[in-house]
Amino acid sequence: MRERPPPLIVGAGPAGIRAAITLVAAGLRPVVVDEGHACGGQIYRQPLAADKRDDRARYGSEAAKASRLHRAFAALGSDIDYRPNTLLWNLRDGAADVLRDGTSRRFAYDGLILATGATDRVLPIPGWTLPGVFTLGGAQIALKAQGCAIGRRVVFAGAGPLLYLVAWQYMKAGVDVAAVLDAAPLPAKLNLLRALPLAPGIVLRGLRMAAELAFGGTRVQFGVSGLRIEGEGRVARIVYHAGGRERAMACDGVGYGLNLRSETQAADLAGCAFRFDPRDRAHLPERDAAGRSSVAGVYLAGDGARIAGADAAEAAGERAALALLEDRGLPHDPARAADLEHVLARIDRLRDLLEAAFPFPSHGAGDIADDTLLCRCEEIRAGDARRAIARFSLTEMNRLKAVTRIGMGRCQGRMCGAAAAELLAAQTRRDIGAVGRLRAQAPIKPIPLAAGLSIDERQHDPAH
Amino acid sequence: MTRRIDCDVAIIGGGLVGSSAALALRGMGLSVTLLDKGFCGAQASGVNYGGVRRQGRPSEQLPLSQRAHAIWPRLQQLIGIDGEFLRSGHLKLARSADDMASLERYAAEVAPFGLDLELVGHNQLRERFGVMGDLVGGSFCPGDGHANPRLVAAAFAAAARRAGAEVLENTEVAGVSRTFEGFALEAGDVAVTARSVINSAGAWADRFARAFNEPVPLERTYPSMIVTEPLDPFLSVNIGIEGGGIYARQVARGNVVVGGERATPLDNPDYSRPHSDGALTIMQRASELFGPLRHAQAIRFWSGTEATMPDRNPVLGPSATTPGLIHAFGFSGAGFQIAPGVGEVLAELVRDGQTATPIDAFAITRFSPASQPGGALKQQ
Repeated sequence: MRERPPPLIVGAGPAGIRAAITLVAAGLRPVVVDEGHACGGQIYRQPLAADKRDDRARYGSEAAKASRLHRAFAALGSDIDYRPNTLLWNLRDGAADVLRDGTSRRFAYDGLILATGATDRVLPIPGWTLPGVFTLGGAQIALKAQGCAIGRRVVFAGAGPLLYLVAWQYMKAGVDVAAVLDAAPLPAKLNLLRALPLAPGIVLRGLRMAAELAFGGTRVQFGVSGLRIEGEGRVARIVYHAGGRERAMACDGVGYGLNLRSETQAADLAGCAFRFDPRDRAHLPERDAAGRSSVAGVYLAGDGARIAGADAAEAAGERAALALLEDRGLPHDPARAADLEHVLARIDRLRDLLEAAFPFPSHGAGDIADDTLLCRCEEIRAGDARRAIARFSLTEMNRLKAVTRIGMGRCQGRMCGAAAAELLAAQTRRDIGAVGRLRAQAPIKPIPLAAGLSIDERQHDPAH
Repeated sequence: MTRRIDCDVAIIGGGLVGSSAALALRGMGLSVTLLDKGFCGAQASGVNYGGVRRQGRPSEQLPLSQRAHAIWPRLQQLIGIDGEFLRSGHLKLARSADDMASLERYAAEVAPFGLDLELVGHNQLRERFGVMGDLVGGSFCPGDGHANPRLVAAAFAAAARRAGAEVLENTEVAGVSRTFEGFALEAGDVAVTARSVINSAGAWADRFARAFNEPVPLERTYPSMIVTEPLDPFLSVNIGIEGGGIYARQVARGNVVVGGERATPLDNPDYSRPHSDGALTIMQRASELFGPLRHAQAIRFWSGTEATMPDRNPVLGPSATTPGLIHAFGFSGAGFQIAPGVGEVLAELVRDGQTATPIDAFAITRFSPASQPGGALKQQ
């Protein structure tokens, strides 16, 4: 009898790490595929080369968690088949196609835990493609992984808790943070007080960051709209509406983002059913409280399944791994599973309040100016999309893609898809959940054609 | 509440064939209802390779193909966009002396149809067309080209709608039957009565043919395609290879579309996805043939669901069992170029009962010998 193929974990952030630890403890030897060069995901990303900063400087209040996860993952050693710098680009019928160093390989897996994480969500604003404009996550990674700032005098704009965290980290790193421009009106922040009993540590830390920013000379502005970034060849200033008038602020770097969006392509290729999630304003793979998807043997954990943050990702990664063990008939700990679900439910309630405190400015999509670039890869402007929607009577995302090329380029809609959906919904006066979602196609990210030249050496053995 | 529509012609299937027929029928002043179970142009018409090619077609298709050939340059007037149609020429490559001989035979055979084929040797392939690889020669058809299928099919449907056709998307035809006056169709909450019905349901057309006692050996095939990131222009012509392999074209934006191999259906056989092995094989062959592709990235794969007949010719013409019913399906992966011509032919068949374009070779009776409506076929 052939040996059963190993389970596959995609992603080595907090969810993937916890899943790996849990499977190893049960005697399995999972394959862990990760695009990063080292474990940690985006939140606990490690530097490419050692620098002089310690974890405390790099991860701030989360340093202890980061160190613990890094150490625990390293301790797994050869108990896992760890493949860093490796892109999962297709999934089909229990086999994964991965690319590393330009060579594609395929291997069989039995049990799949997707911990694919999240990226920034953006709505295009005038000037968003100017050099010097970064997403909030990108600005944070530059600082965390490379010790670089995105400018000398920086403005952070958009929505979400990350807005304040990144601004505060930049201030602590000695960068002049000119302003934090929050799309949410001040009254929305009252939800933070409701969240206080659920997570006093998190809420108080957030409030302290905002206070330190304000005392440090950063302009903290609520209820911001009409964002526009200007400059000749690169960022020179940001213009915005607040308090009933237009204001401008000089800066040479802008961090911009509207919370996060889940990376769901792998779940789509794995055949998972999706449904619309109002809180995240996105179609997400369905899962039960344990992380089981609609496909037997496929489990979902972390921000890749729904935005809930790093602590939830750890719990969900472990919970999904326990579900995999249970479904295989292996020993597992039901009491532990129940505890984890309790933790996840509590964080979920907290997320509801955080989302209310940092709401997505959904009205913005209807306002995107016609000459603003909507799809960077294919260079499609908002006006192009609007004309196509009218001409072809479009009501659905994949038809919008087919006719305009939005979402057909290098990013496959990962960057522009959310904005395109908002625009389509606004123009057709439909609910955002009713315009559908872009179907994922392989490859999840671009792969070199030359990968086909390695076809004869490609391995087809079950393990690796 | 059921909505009732009465019209001259009901068209089942809003692909390029059905949509262009709808537009042509509106041009004749007939009332048209176009029904699609999904979105018009979202199946094979919209996700095919985009070759606008006469070269390589069997000679019985060439009169129809030539008719369509005259329509492609007029898309702007006809449907309001040019569909990114480029009269680039189509170059078919020969990898062996045998293949070259086959191209020569074909050129001689189709000479009377006016394709103006030009046979080119090995050296010219590199000098004129920048094609490398182990090749003997090729055959060049200067009037052929390529277009954007995602736009063309959708634009025909949109133009038909603007011209007054009732276009009903997400409206699957659940039942169609012959009545005393014509036909009755049930589709969701719509009830359509029509004097004529066109069955242009593509890979789903066999179901409707069978309903009128005309079973056909339709098979589904799933062509597999990849597209690269935008590259500097290096490929001016639409490329095919004698005997198969890959086909490739570069669009104005710079992306190179390469097809070949077959995809495999998903659990729901209406949908398919390229297989990794097939996609990698296409990538391998393409990078062997075109130097600039060796350092390019593939950004997307896709596939579609095509209706293929055993003899690779479509079924096109009146039903042999049911007056007023006209079939047009089974274009076997080569329908894109001829579809606008098929639309005109279908409109003539509806209005006049005949067409000047020879289509006898495509009669459904080659698969389903004429029988009576109402189940006479069962006794055969």
